[in-house]
Amino acid sequence: MGIRIEKTEAENFHKLDQIINRYKAQEGMLIRILQKSQEVFGYLPPKVQAYISQEVGIPISTVNGVVSFYSLFSQEPRGKYTIRVCMGTACYVKGAQEILDAVKEEIQIGVGETSMDKLFTLNASRCIGACGLAPVMTINDDVYERLSPADIPSILYGYIKTHKKAKVTH
Amino acid sequence: MNLTPIKSIDELKKAQQEAQGHIKMRLTGEKPRQGFPKYHILICAGTGCTSSKSDLIRRKLEKEIKKRLLQDKVKVFKTGCFGFCKLGPIMVVYPDRTFYTKVEPGDIDEILDNHIEKGQRVEKLLYKSPTTNSIQKTIDEIDFFTHQMRIALKNCGLINPEDIREYIAMEGYMALANILENKTSARDVIEELKKSGLRGRGGGGFLTGQKWEFGLMNDSDPKYVLCNADEGDPGAFMDRSILEGDPHCIIEAMIIAGYCIGANQGYIYVRAEYPIAVERLEIAIDQAKKLGLLGRKILGSSLDFDVDIRLGAGAFVCGEETALIQSVMGLRGEPRPRPPFPAEAGLWEKPTVNNNVETFANIPIILRNGAEWYASIGTDDSKGTKVFALAGQINNTGLIETPMGTSLRTIIYEVGGGIHDHKKFKAVQTGGPSGGCIPAALLDTEIDFKSLTDIGSMMGSGGMIVMDETDCMIDIARFYLEFAQDESCGKCVPCRVGTKRLLEILNKITDGKGEMEDLEILENLCYDIKDSSLCGLGQTAPNPVLNTLQYFQDEYIAHIKEKRCPAGVCNNLLSVVISDEKCVACGICARVCPVNAITGENKKPPFYIHQDVCIKCGTCIPKCPVDAIYKR
Repeated sequence: MGIRIEKTEAENFHKLDQIINRYKAQEGMLIRILQKSQEVFGYLPPKVQAYISQEVGIPISTVNGVVSFYSLFSQEPRGKYTIRVCMGTACYVKGAQEILDAVKEEIQIGVGETSMDKLFTLNASRCIGACGLAPVMTINDDVYERLSPADIPSILYGYIKTHKKAKVTH
Repeated sequence: MNLTPIKSIDELKKAQQEAQGHIKMRLTGEKPRQGFPKYHILICAGTGCTSSKSDLIRRKLEKEIKKRLLQDKVKVFKTGCFGFCKLGPIMVVYPDRTFYTKVEPGDIDEILDNHIEKGQRVEKLLYKSPTTNSIQKTIDEIDFFTHQMRIALKNCGLINPEDIREYIAMEGYMALANILENKTSARDVIEELKKSGLRGRGGGGFLTGQKWEFGLMNDSDPKYVLCNADEGDPGAFMDRSILEGDPHCIIEAMIIAGYCIGANQGYIYVRAEYPIAVERLEIAIDQAKKLGLLGRKILGSSLDFDVDIRLGAGAFVCGEETALIQSVMGLRGEPRPRPPFPAEAGLWEKPTVNNNVETFANIPIILRNGAEWYASIGTDDSKGTKVFALAGQINNTGLIETPMGTSLRTIIYEVGGGIHDHKKFKAVQTGGPSGGCIPAALLDTEIDFKSLTDIGSMMGSGGMIVMDETDCMIDIARFYLEFAQDESCGKCVPCRVGTKRLLEILNKITDGKGEMEDLEILENLCYDIKDSSLCGLGQTAPNPVLNTLQYFQDEYIAHIKEKRCPAGVCNNLLSVVISDEKCVACGICARVCPVNAITGENKKPPFYIHQDVCIKCGTCIPKCPVDAIYKR
């Protein structure tokens, strides 16, 4: 059974072909292929999983088993900015729960959810190893350290502002 | 970077001498020779300091040096973690070993003006000891370092991890070269390791030499060497710091392991959450390949060995070796029963030796300095040193390395600088989600693998979270169970369902609905889960509960009988109250209260919260202009 690829998706699927061809010959590269594919698509929709299954020759049940097992993979679209509040022990004893609550309150989404405007996705992350700076939150690649709940609104507002600016200049 | 292949041991020795000329002043403090820069500035590029913008400082510094035409006089280097993460970004200037803390981009001009051009230290950036109030100028004076003994972290903060020549200058790859030159047999190397008493630093504490021996004895082809860098314990970051600060020592140790067991391929399984560590490893592997230290016919011998990186995709259970092996093969990281052990049937059912990062980091130096030297450090039960990650309510958060047998009191009060904000010490948690909380009465325990197990905790990977009187121990036990519950892979019932039931009972207690008989149920359930789970995750997941039940039973009883949380953490057991003395009767609290629980007359303090109406939402607390409202 063939998988129908829309014109708008052709470019991404072309990239996916390159990824698959690069890693397919080696044994045990499924996780690497999925990681690279997620970088291209932003998440791993059923269609991409089916395509990988077909091209690599691994049953779709195995592919989905791996995707659903690891917290790195997402089967839902994600926001432009992923907020990760570290919930490691060091951050927890330094008040990470209050930070998480403040973020939830500010953008009105729960853990694992994406805001309606597709701007923010909120995750409670595993320890990122910056325990000396606890509590810590990351937004994409930016790290925010020694936080208090009062810091949250202004940090998030910064992202909303840059996003709006980017939209206007478009 | 000019990297010409090193084809023999003599060429390696020559390369070492050449590289030593370049970094000698960092080691001996002697004046650099003609043609070398007079100053080296080392800036920490670990995750902690990078988060505090150390990268920006480094780039600005390099730009400014270029602008001032000081390139011949001073050179800037990235380096690994110093361990003193709290005071980051950290900068050390050689040859005078000046230790600057909390450097900001704005300080660059002053450092160049005074230190580099005039030779005067910048006073305001020097470290001031909070205990003695004295200014400690150099890295050797700082009390955080004086109680430490750095073996695994030897090169962290001293060399540039992105330049293989600096590692070679520190006798890097010489342990390997000695083995190849003297044609030491695999058996003799393993014997030496066994004599050193090195035990696995990943938590289990299995004798490394013995593990390798099993790998050697199981005859098969191919075999594999695996490095477990899936550091999942929350609050532990020693493996990350070693990978970021000294990646080559892991590669060298893996090649030696390959030589000993007869493997030609190694894998490093590292967390995707550690991007800097992954990048440094990639650079290190690439440079080692270019120099011919990885690949075919290493140093002109008949040894072939290669290393690949596999990224973990975020599953705690993958730290368990059988689950890790599944994940390296690209599958779901589910554990399987042992035996057979990986040394018999691991990756693709072939013999596989799997060691933790810190274990590998000890191996080259043990082989260089000899087993007797290593065995002379530590206790009868555990040899050598251990790296600990200090975090939580402690003054000096960061990474430390002390000999086995150092007391908890020394670590917390002398290296760690005591409890934050002069609060009272309550417990220290070791061993992550598998370990336990050690109370104040046991602070004089001299820690090694055995002593920690004896008091109901464990060494684990070496995370140490310090807690004070404001931390509720039941909440901590609940936190760890939530973690174990979340990370349980679901394959076996005791772990999947049992931890869920434990968590429900703990939630019941912290909600104020607990009964005394719950304590007995908790304890029985804990032992059932321990006895019947498939892998280490489930077998140790109840430890935080058992341990807090043992040492902090009074807190459980306070929660159940008195419906009170002594630490003031569990929300449902607290009431929001207004201080009579502080209240100025402005009435703001009454206006913001969503359920109209607050009454009082304007300008006639105090206001009063009706506890039967209050929903403890806490909205009023930050609104009070005089901080009169609090939870108790």
